[in-house]
Amino acid sequence: MKQSLQNFKDSYLFYSFKRDKIAIISFAILLVLVVLSFSAPLIAPYNPYDAESIDIMNSEMPPAWMEDGSSEFLLGTDQQGRDLVSTMMYGMRLSILIGLGAVMLQAVIGISVGLIAGYLGGRLDNFLMRLADIQLSFATMLVAILVSAIFQTMFGASRYNELAVPLLVIIIGIAEWPQYARTVRASVLGEKGKEYVEAAKVVGLSKVRIMFRHILPNTMSSVLVISTVQVANAVMSEAALSFLGLGMPVNRPSLGSLINAGFEYIFSGAWWITLFPGIFLVLLVLVINLLGDWLRDVLNPKLYKG
Amino acid sequence: MFAFTVKRILQALFVMLIISFLGFSIKHQFGDPIRDIVGIQVSVKDREILREEMGLNDPFMTQYVRFLKNATHGDLGTSFFHKKPAMDVILAKAPATIELVFAASLIVMFVSIPAGIFAAINPKHWFSRVTMGGSIVGVSIPVFLTAILMIYFFSITLEWFPSYGRGETVNLWGWHTGLLTIDGLMHLVMPAVALSSIMLPLFIRLIRSEMMEVLETEYIRFAYAKGLKKRRIRYVHAFKNTLLPVITVGGVQLGIMLAYTILTETVFQWGGLGFMFLESVERSDTTLLVAYIIFVGAIFVIVNTFVDIIYGLVNPTIRVSGRK
Repeated sequence: MKQSLQNFKDSYLFYSFKRDKIAIISFAILLVLVVLSFSAPLIAPYNPYDAESIDIMNSEMPPAWMEDGSSEFLLGTDQQGRDLVSTMMYGMRLSILIGLGAVMLQAVIGISVGLIAGYLGGRLDNFLMRLADIQLSFATMLVAILVSAIFQTMFGASRYNELAVPLLVIIIGIAEWPQYARTVRASVLGEKGKEYVEAAKVVGLSKVRIMFRHILPNTMSSVLVISTVQVANAVMSEAALSFLGLGMPVNRPSLGSLINAGFEYIFSGAWWITLFPGIFLVLLVLVINLLGDWLRDVLNPKLYKG
Repeated sequence: MFAFTVKRILQALFVMLIISFLGFSIKHQFGDPIRDIVGIQVSVKDREILREEMGLNDPFMTQYVRFLKNATHGDLGTSFFHKKPAMDVILAKAPATIELVFAASLIVMFVSIPAGIFAAINPKHWFSRVTMGGSIVGVSIPVFLTAILMIYFFSITLEWFPSYGRGETVNLWGWHTGLLTIDGLMHLVMPAVALSSIMLPLFIRLIRSEMMEVLETEYIRFAYAKGLKKRRIRYVHAFKNTLLPVITVGGVQLGIMLAYTILTETVFQWGGLGFMFLESVERSDTTLLVAYIIFVGAIFVIVNTFVDIIYGLVNPTIRVSGRK
């Protein structure tokens, strides 16, 4: 354990991290956001899922520093009288969880397809990559919206709301796997001809073992780079779907559905219900994107910086 | 080239076949055309008779073939809510979306090209740094948030622009356009700016990186050595070669912009296709929903096929090795 920690400290990755101010700041902000959202049940002042703690009389209260604000609710309350700070903490937890889940699903599908297509080649490769191409030519956002609309028709609105979390993971996973498949396939094609693969073949290892135990670890740097960006994309897609009313329901709001709920009240001047979740959403996506950019530059220095 | 074109078109047809099959399965599974026609006050027995008459008890594939036949004639069924053929509803809503996408593309073109070129020529200039930094922030702001904040500042606080709808439209040979009235144009400003905001960062970066690459090439150096004017080298010789990749990416992005119209139109209550689609989901108007999927699918496939063929014309290596 100590040795591996030391290894990490000496690594190029850590070295360049220490020298990059933007990366450090982004990482710090991300850490704060993640800790805040995952410790929500412990540190949030109110529990937005607990109907008893909500008083409708407190609805649409402005932030504490404004005229009608109350010191009980630091950033004000939403239209149902829920404390915005607590609701946002819980909401961000949902957004992050769905984002991570969706990326894991994409990674599983995309990496398997990419490995198989790249390593086995031939007709199967052609077919799988065409499939990915075709799906990518439709915007991922459009695919996600269409699939969620279909799911909603399939399950009915109330059942859909109950199952929203797993369904959103599946929807975003389905919509974005081609990104992974393409990246992994490209690196597999680069690795395939190398000597260690030849050696593994000569030893008589099975194809599956060569693919997953020998080639896969060597494609990890590119997988890591796109994973970061994909988490940001998934969080963004989830927010967009929730905003359209195709995602998380209002009684279990994610950041996107909070923005959606707030939008209806913006005309009466209640800007805080929209603005604060919006700021947190942008902050979350932005720091992940910045970290992704940094990681791309570090792990793949040959890449053209565009 | 001929073989390549034929191959691309065949592939496009195949994709359309898959999309129509998916669309039809949804409709077959979840839509109820009887409900769409008669409402609730007709007895079960009459419904059964009607069902038999309309061929709804036929095997799945027979019905699918019938659906395809009708679809090739432009008949995608009747919308339950609008009580009109789905295709008519779509065609009536399409101008609003097309005008929005058109206006947003104009904004993208007139902002990203100068900004991208400037950033490529003067990479150290403060304006370039701000633009590049701003573009990564821009990518991270969801389009609906931009739209809502714009409404808050420019409609509610400053009251400069109206916040929803298309405003006054003029009927131009059946095309209801908002481009010819001042009211219509005022309504167009915010949705178009919001929609363009998602494409701008991408295009500025793309144009900048392409331009920088071109400026490094031999023929540009030769042009300098020959003593051509800087202005001519940059804006004629270099810029021309920047455009090709930009156009091909632009073609594909145009389709993607169509996807984002769903979000923009929802915020601004813009009476176009995206808004109609979301309404059809809420009303579980399956026929209209499926018609939208097929219509938009067709647009995507056509745009992509065109872009591929044009790319194949310009860059012969593509024809041999497949895309990219």
